[in-house]
Amino acid sequence: MTTPGTGPRPLLTVRDLRTYFRTDAGVARAVDGVSFEVMPRETIGIVGESGCGKSVTSLSIMRLIRPPGTIEPGSVVEFEGRNVLELPEGEMRQIRGNRIAMIFQEPMTSLNPVFTVGEQIAEVARVHAHATRRDARDRAVEMLQLTGIPAPAQRAREYPHQLSGGMRQRVMIAMALVMNPTLLIADEPTTALDVTIQAQILELLQQLQERFAMSIILITHDLGVIAEMAQRVLVMYAGEIVEQASVSELFARPHHPYTEGLLAAMPTLGAARSRLAVIPGTVPAPTRWPAGCRFHDRCRYAWDRPEREHPPLYEVGAAHWSRCFLAEEPARRHPLTDLKAAGGGA
Amino acid sequence: MRALVARRLLQAAVIVAIAATTAFLLVQLAPGDPLGDLIENPRVPPEVRERLRARWGLDRPMHEQYALYLRNLARGDLGWSFSQGRPVGEAIAAALPNTLLLMSVALIGAFVLGVAAGVIRAGRRGSVADRALGAGTLVFYSMPDFWLAIMAMLVFAYWIPVFPTSGMTTAVVYDYLSPLGKVIDRLRHLVLPATTLVLLLAAIIARYQRAAFLDVATQDFVRTARAKGLPERAVLWRHVLRNALLPVITLLGLALPMLVGGAVFIEQVFAWPGIGRLAVAAIAARDHSLVMAIVVMGSVLVTLGSLLADLLYAVADPRLRLHAPTHA
Repeated sequence: MTTPGTGPRPLLTVRDLRTYFRTDAGVARAVDGVSFEVMPRETIGIVGESGCGKSVTSLSIMRLIRPPGTIEPGSVVEFEGRNVLELPEGEMRQIRGNRIAMIFQEPMTSLNPVFTVGEQIAEVARVHAHATRRDARDRAVEMLQLTGIPAPAQRAREYPHQLSGGMRQRVMIAMALVMNPTLLIADEPTTALDVTIQAQILELLQQLQERFAMSIILITHDLGVIAEMAQRVLVMYAGEIVEQASVSELFARPHHPYTEGLLAAMPTLGAARSRLAVIPGTVPAPTRWPAGCRFHDRCRYAWDRPEREHPPLYEVGAAHWSRCFLAEEPARRHPLTDLKAAGGGA
Repeated sequence: MRALVARRLLQAAVIVAIAATTAFLLVQLAPGDPLGDLIENPRVPPEVRERLRARWGLDRPMHEQYALYLRNLARGDLGWSFSQGRPVGEAIAAALPNTLLLMSVALIGAFVLGVAAGVIRAGRRGSVADRALGAGTLVFYSMPDFWLAIMAMLVFAYWIPVFPTSGMTTAVVYDYLSPLGKVIDRLRHLVLPATTLVLLLAAIIARYQRAAFLDVATQDFVRTARAKGLPERAVLWRHVLRNALLPVITLLGLALPMLVGGAVFIEQVFAWPGIGRLAVAAIAARDHSLVMAIVVMGSVLVTLGSLLADLLYAVADPRLRLHAPTHA
């Protein structure tokens, strides 16, 4: 499902990424054959429930998978023209925090409690730019200012526990952007924050993306965040991409039943609806993905074929792919209102 | 920080007072007379005996003796040691530096060795090094201190006589050595007793350090440190170790009483002229005032040790610094 044409070259190409965890309970295929591309300056959203492989995908790109997890041979993560999975660890380290940076969900636990935030930001400049202690410290204050933290010089001398959640996330962002990376991976950057702070952080990310001309991979379970931030969306389920489209296309014409379910479960302002729709069941354990279509046991439309056969990605529109046999047998789809009713009752 | 110190010093005073009272009561309950030999010796005439009793206040009721004891203690007067034939304070002042030397060498050695072993084990979990060190620490962890001391002496002083068996200096010869020779002579005498204590304590520290390290290594900020592109060395020795040291600092407070107790055996075995050896001699001679003074001094050492651990904790963990302003 490579984007055809002769446009600009993608910044990041992920091809057939498989990240497995060999545990006592069996092999957990957390990411199982994921392929996508990120263009320069583009924001791409990855959505899905917890346990569907979003975070493992992002950690795999950074090669931060720890044992017992392994990125399987044959996987390709091509960044700025090089397959980073084949780089020696020393060269990979020069990419981490420098060309690709990452921010995490929990800004409290993601910062080291025993160092000042200034020290933690300065560390990036010291390791990648070999900056002197003083230069690195100045750079840290500058970055804090850039993320809109008042009195940055004073804040730089404080410890994470002295800052609010929103400020800590600004610190994380400052730390990520020290080296002006071309790709920022944001793993649920606003999930742990208050709603008002969420909006501020998202706005800040947009501003800084413009300023630093970077691409963003935004991982979230919140389609609202995707609608606000991203140009394209990947929907992940059970370690696979089940649907990929532009944001407008996905919201207007969702194809995969799982995407339909996610959209139906979104609270809409002013909608005359007393209860939210839910998708029945939960994501299965990654050691035991169901045979056939991995979503079939939760699917409103399931029939015998998806129980036996694993669907490929079908191109169902312009730059729109879906991993569902409904692409071949569209007549099996019933009206969406039924899903809401059934979902609420299941 | 200052408030913390003041509060802890007050607590320490209370603890020492309780220890002093307990020591007094235990000595009262113990069989035998503080005048010991003088009482039992039939050649000491009864009137001399009575005069001695009156002189040391031993003819007074217990509560008066207790009040007198506390008053003298508060003034720093520890009484007279019959067995030593000199004031208790003097006997302790002679022995304490030797014990402090042995204990500080043992503490520093044990922490360096224990932390290093713990980090190596955690860093290479499941490796041959981890398992070998695990087995080694378990052996020392479960071995009685006096046994290890005797074995060390047997191997390194008798079979392979590289170190002296006992004492703090070589008898007679010491006085004729050059200043440098004196230092070397003392160090050679220090090796076996210090190493014995180091191994015993390091075994415990290593086990704690390994567990603490593994615990910290799974935390989110360690992933952040890796995501920044830091070399693994910096991730482990800077980001992980700094946090993993916190629980081990607590051990420092616990290690001191252990060392005070352990020193009794070790000093006895190696004839190290310290407090432990003095304590054994005092008990054997039923030297009540000396025994009580050593108990009180032990409690002072232990409370100071845990105070020190608390202060180190506050230095190591910024979240515990009480003066820190918090922004909501």
